[in-house]
Amino acid sequence: MAMSPEDENPVKAFGWAARDSSGHLSPFKFSRRATGEKDVTFKVLYCGICHSDLHNVKNEWGITSYPIVPGHEIVGVVTEVGTKVTKFKVGDKVGVGCMVGSCHSCANCKEDLENYCPEMILTYGVKYYDGTTTYGGYSDIMISDEHFVIKIPNNLPLDGGAPLLCAGITVYSPLKYYGLDKVGMHLGVVGLGGLGHMAVKFAKAMGLKVTVISTSPNKKKEAMDHLGADAFLVSRNTEEMELAVGTMDGIIDTVSAVHALLPLIGLLKTNGKLVMVGAPEKPLELLAFPLLMGRKMVGGSGIGGMKETQEMIDFAAKHNIVADIEVIPMDYVNTAMERLLKADVKYRFVIDIANSLKPF
Amino acid sequence: MAKSPDQEHPQKAFGWAARDKSGLFSPFHFSRRENGDEDVTIKILFCGVCHSDVCIAKNEWGFTNYPVVPGHEIVGTVTTVGSNVKKFKVGERVGVGVIVGSCKKCESCQQDLENYCPQTIFTYNSHYTDGAKTYGGYSDMIVVDERYVLHFPDNLPSEGGAPLLCAGITVYSPMKYYGMTEPGKHLGVAGLGGLGHVAVKMGKAFGLKVTVISSSPKKEAEAIERLGADSFLVTSDPTKMKAALGTMDYIIDTVSAVHALFPLLSLLKPNGKLVTVGLPDKPLELPIFPLVLGRKLVGGSNIGGMKETQEMLDFCAKHGITADVEVIRMDYLNTAIERLAKSDVRYRFVIDVASSLSQ
Repeated sequence: MAMSPEDENPVKAFGWAARDSSGHLSPFKFSRRATGEKDVTFKVLYCGICHSDLHNVKNEWGITSYPIVPGHEIVGVVTEVGTKVTKFKVGDKVGVGCMVGSCHSCANCKEDLENYCPEMILTYGVKYYDGTTTYGGYSDIMISDEHFVIKIPNNLPLDGGAPLLCAGITVYSPLKYYGLDKVGMHLGVVGLGGLGHMAVKFAKAMGLKVTVISTSPNKKKEAMDHLGADAFLVSRNTEEMELAVGTMDGIIDTVSAVHALLPLIGLLKTNGKLVMVGAPEKPLELLAFPLLMGRKMVGGSGIGGMKETQEMIDFAAKHNIVADIEVIPMDYVNTAMERLLKADVKYRFVIDIANSLKPF
Repeated sequence: MAKSPDQEHPQKAFGWAARDKSGLFSPFHFSRRENGDEDVTIKILFCGVCHSDVCIAKNEWGFTNYPVVPGHEIVGTVTTVGSNVKKFKVGERVGVGVIVGSCKKCESCQQDLENYCPQTIFTYNSHYTDGAKTYGGYSDMIVVDERYVLHFPDNLPSEGGAPLLCAGITVYSPMKYYGMTEPGKHLGVAGLGGLGHVAVKMGKAFGLKVTVISSSPKKEAEAIERLGADSFLVTSDPTKMKAALGTMDYIIDTVSAVHALFPLLSLLKPNGKLVTVGLPDKPLELPIFPLVLGRKLVGGSNIGGMKETQEMLDFCAKHGITADVEVIRMDYLNTAIERLAKSDVRYRFVIDVASSLSQ
């Protein structure tokens, strides 16, 4: 007979889980493994709410096993380290992002691209090497193999830093990989949410000119005055879009809804790159002509490897980049999910776990 | 009153033109400009028949200006050089490809990427700087600015070399640009026609493992035994397609019909690149999940600049790469085009213009 979540492992844990595809979260007792020789255990202080958490709790991708404890933007303070851990000690400020395991032997793992390993283990909702279920950061404690733990520099605020662990790396990695990180380049950012606002901040720190492309004219002031964008294009405004044709070296597209690619491809210069980091569930239309005539490309990217995630955190600390957040107590999480669905947040909810997650 | 084509310019010319969207060709008298200071006049020996010629002849892309004389895979000999011409001399064998002009000033032109210049002038169905219509290589002679003329390497045969001027550069350029040339890596070539068969040969010359991806099982023996492909994948065979998942570093997609991208993307390893050089006239469906989960990309490419086209010809001469051609007489052209529409050619028709174009 399968063990209950509470009995699966020796260490008691507590969090909030969704139990069915309504996605409604509620208190949940479970357990975590004992600290193994390569493991780092930490007390969770904050956890960001990523839109993927919402997709997962509602089983929108069809892969959810319930009960599910989401959360993959986890930060906290180390309470215990295994005997073979070399990189961390008790009291260190650390974070865990979207993955907690990989095969360590494939070509991708060897190139520090654990995120593309075919056996990559997600932080929540899947089976760990030992067959137990992985549970995420909407919980009091977290444990991870040290390979998948990130050191948080002292000057990086933990609450604003948490979303870097998913949103941050998700936009940082493609800026580097697709060469959209050179001073003076012109980058478009489509969608101004958790990912989009991070892309604006990183690109500005790298010295790029940034244009936000959005369906909502009312985000303009915020984008330019607060986030530092250089320009703002309303995508439904055909005149504005036409004036911007052929002006961008690259575009980071964070939009997850189905949307038209053709106008975005038109905004690119020759050799321009459209990078998708949002994941619409249905295919999008692609016209070959504009792609060929301008030697343009559409590429994707998904989070980043551990080495690059650490590099990103260090870059963010150096340039004082944190997410714009709304800190919430644990019991606000269902309301937060409803608001997230309506994009009613500037720009990430972060759960104040330490001060509000109360066991029952 | 507008001048008729044969009176527009001082040099008499003769070729075959399509006059309406039936795409049927027939003899056509026209004229070409005087050989200018930067120009080279070329007696045309051979001209390849590119699928684009047919699309334009039948106005499939909606911008044909009739009458049209296609042909942009031209090999000939120089008969006149202008006073400022430095690169060519009379009697030399040369090639002319897809473009005969550009602005020469923009960033693309300055980077030897004349093919991406916003004012590119195409060898046919365009307008030249003097306002005149451009006519292509299904004709006896052509006048071209030397910048857009290629040296034809001595050991490259004219018939087999002509198609390199469009088909060759069309696959060579993206292979270089997208970094698809690392020896030992695995290249998939989707579609085995004019573009595809040249991609196989170039892939092998770069030291790649090459798999042809095709909907026609009957092309397998040819692909492996004659073209040198390492393996052949039939897209309608689910077992073979499944076994090939995640095995390719790159794919050159030469297919012009509307087709599914998802199966091709699935064949790529993570960080794999799918480059499309065919021109379906309707949109394709692009699934985004595979791009995000595997950091894959879909890119386009269109011919190449003049410098790179010369580099490509020299590369082909060095590696003995030519197109597989069926040489035809000018008066076979309409039949050839019917056969081309059914992919009934291995793998390019080349018109023996000099021997068969008679007035």
